[in-house]
Amino acid sequence: MNNSGPAVVVENLVKRFGTFVAVNHVSFEARRGEIFGFLGPNGAGKSTTIRILCGLLSPTEGGARVSGFDVATQPEAVRQTIGYMSQKFSLYNDLRVIENLRFFAGMYSVSARSLSERIQWALEMAGLSDHQRDITGILPGGWKQRLSLGCALLHRPSILFLDEPTAGVDPITRRQFWDLIHQLAEGGTTVFVTTHYMDEAEYCHRLALINRGKIVALGTPAELKRGSMPGELVLLECEPLAAALGLLRATPGLLDAAVFGSVLHLNVPRAKEAIPLLRKLLLQSGIAVTRIEQIQPTLEDVFVSLAGTHAEAAKEES
Amino acid sequence: MRAYRVVAMARKEFVQILRDARSLAIVVLMPPVLMLLFGYGVNLDTSALPLYVFDREGSQQSQDLLKHFQSSRYFDLVGTVDNYPALLRAIDEGRCRIAIVIPPDFSKKLNAGGPVGVQALVDAIDDNTANLAFSYSESVVRGFSAGVQLDWAHRQGLAGLQYPLNVQSRVWFNEELQSRAFIVPGVIALVMTVIGTFLTSLTVAREWERGTMEQLISTPVQPSEIMIGKVAPYFLISVIDSTLCAAIAIWGFRVPFRGNWGTLLISSALFLVVVLAMGYLISVVAKTQLTASHISLLTGFLPTFLLSGFIYPIDQMPVVLRAFTHIIPARYYVSILKGVFLRGSSIGLLRGDLLGLVGFAMVVGTLASRSLQKTLD
Repeated sequence: MNNSGPAVVVENLVKRFGTFVAVNHVSFEARRGEIFGFLGPNGAGKSTTIRILCGLLSPTEGGARVSGFDVATQPEAVRQTIGYMSQKFSLYNDLRVIENLRFFAGMYSVSARSLSERIQWALEMAGLSDHQRDITGILPGGWKQRLSLGCALLHRPSILFLDEPTAGVDPITRRQFWDLIHQLAEGGTTVFVTTHYMDEAEYCHRLALINRGKIVALGTPAELKRGSMPGELVLLECEPLAAALGLLRATPGLLDAAVFGSVLHLNVPRAKEAIPLLRKLLLQSGIAVTRIEQIQPTLEDVFVSLAGTHAEAAKEES
Repeated sequence: MRAYRVVAMARKEFVQILRDARSLAIVVLMPPVLMLLFGYGVNLDTSALPLYVFDREGSQQSQDLLKHFQSSRYFDLVGTVDNYPALLRAIDEGRCRIAIVIPPDFSKKLNAGGPVGVQALVDAIDDNTANLAFSYSESVVRGFSAGVQLDWAHRQGLAGLQYPLNVQSRVWFNEELQSRAFIVPGVIALVMTVIGTFLTSLTVAREWERGTMEQLISTPVQPSEIMIGKVAPYFLISVIDSTLCAAIAIWGFRVPFRGNWGTLLISSALFLVVVLAMGYLISVVAKTQLTASHISLLTGFLPTFLLSGFIYPIDQMPVVLRAFTHIIPARYYVSILKGVFLRGSSIGLLRGDLLGLVGFAMVVGTLASRSLQKTLD
């Protein structure tokens, strides 16, 4: 294994299924010991990318190297160094917890010497030491996810691929899961994780925002929030909301307007100048403003803004 | 190939069979159930057909003819009637399969030198039995009339006259002419097909269906390790189950075993390789358990049941079907089983069938070992 280079290098990766382009000329690198997040809506190409990186799908064009090995030509070498947790729970429901661990230890060729130590470690990490004789199928969702993680880590992989590891898991378990991911990264494991939860993306060291098979932004969460949006963000709380949204979307000079829960987020070139103008405009239309102020964008704002820009660009292209 | 991966795979597969009530039921119950079903249930021997008689004469000679029927082991005289409608009712109601009508002028015509017609009415819903009933009754009547001719010749002073020809038959291999002895050894092939092809065909398909295959192929395990690990438990179970069947056949049903155990073992191992490889191949290709079970029933169970010579002799099939049986592996194994059990055939006599199995084992085995690709493409 090549220990000096980046953990994952993706160059101009393309994956087509028939005429559908799932991954469209994607390039990025993930460094060793980094938590690299892949953020995007369902169907954006996250799972396809992660499957290519694990050697489960072959790239149509371009290529990728994982731990220095080419995923298309050396998939077996790649598999020796990675752990993979697929989106759908994919351990054996009819086996006991301990039987699943033993089975995957066998598949990953964990040496007889370290076998019991690794299984003990995985049981403790997953918090399942008291449940090792339980049939896996009866465990709650979050426990199953921790067991999956344990199975994927038995052979001490240097890179861990997690495909939506927290989908459908309760918030507390999600939090615990991310604590585990951070511990692993501190121990030197590279973690490549996909998610469509914007709040989770904040836990990543670096992020790639992916939409319709393309990377639309790449950087640390702070960089993305600072540099990726064209203007500034204004929060507007008013009544009625729908009327305001319709009005503002028709207003020239406003870059974007989107609903965030019970408020609107408005993207304007300069907040200081826009706020008095907006107050006036809304007042004239009989809309009662209870709150209007400049706020720091969240990743969700960044994503909505970038996805919108790209959608327009795509429309203009076609 | 790494042994511990194969062992881990085999152990997992074995535990899954034990946890799955359906698989477990098939594994444990099928051998005795099939043996009993085919040992007792399927009986192709036509012995003692129920017979009704309408003797319109009631003379000494007509009673003599009836005695011939009664003494035949193929007929069982269950009733006599004195009118024709009653006879028809007996047939309609299924009380008899064959009815004999002796004409009122039977002895008169007979004494005048014949010919006399004796009517036989046969219920021919089951054509096979009807044909047998006809030929058995013909042979009874022929025997009777030969006796009459001989008597007549004696009375004419032609003493010492005999039938010019007679057949001295010796029945070999299945001395008691029991269809059970013919069928029961073939059950071993059927049991192996169900476990080897049907049960095995579900294993990989189940992994695709439940999504566990994705996790499995993300590990360094090799396709050959998956294959051997997956079929190993079924191999073991098939060996145990078929041994059980052989034991039931030999000690339970007293089917003779005249051949060599070594020949049986070698041919069984070859046939197992064929059925397991078929099951595995189907499983990889089908990807869902439903499709896999349909394909394995159509390509494994049904041909073994119908076209292997297990119950229906291959030489009695139409030419096209007979040619078709050559691509059914069970055909060779059933032929070996019958040879080893009943005929005591040596390995040399069975070499054609053995070569057939070797050919199938190589072809299907090679296809199976190349079938699984570690990719989701």
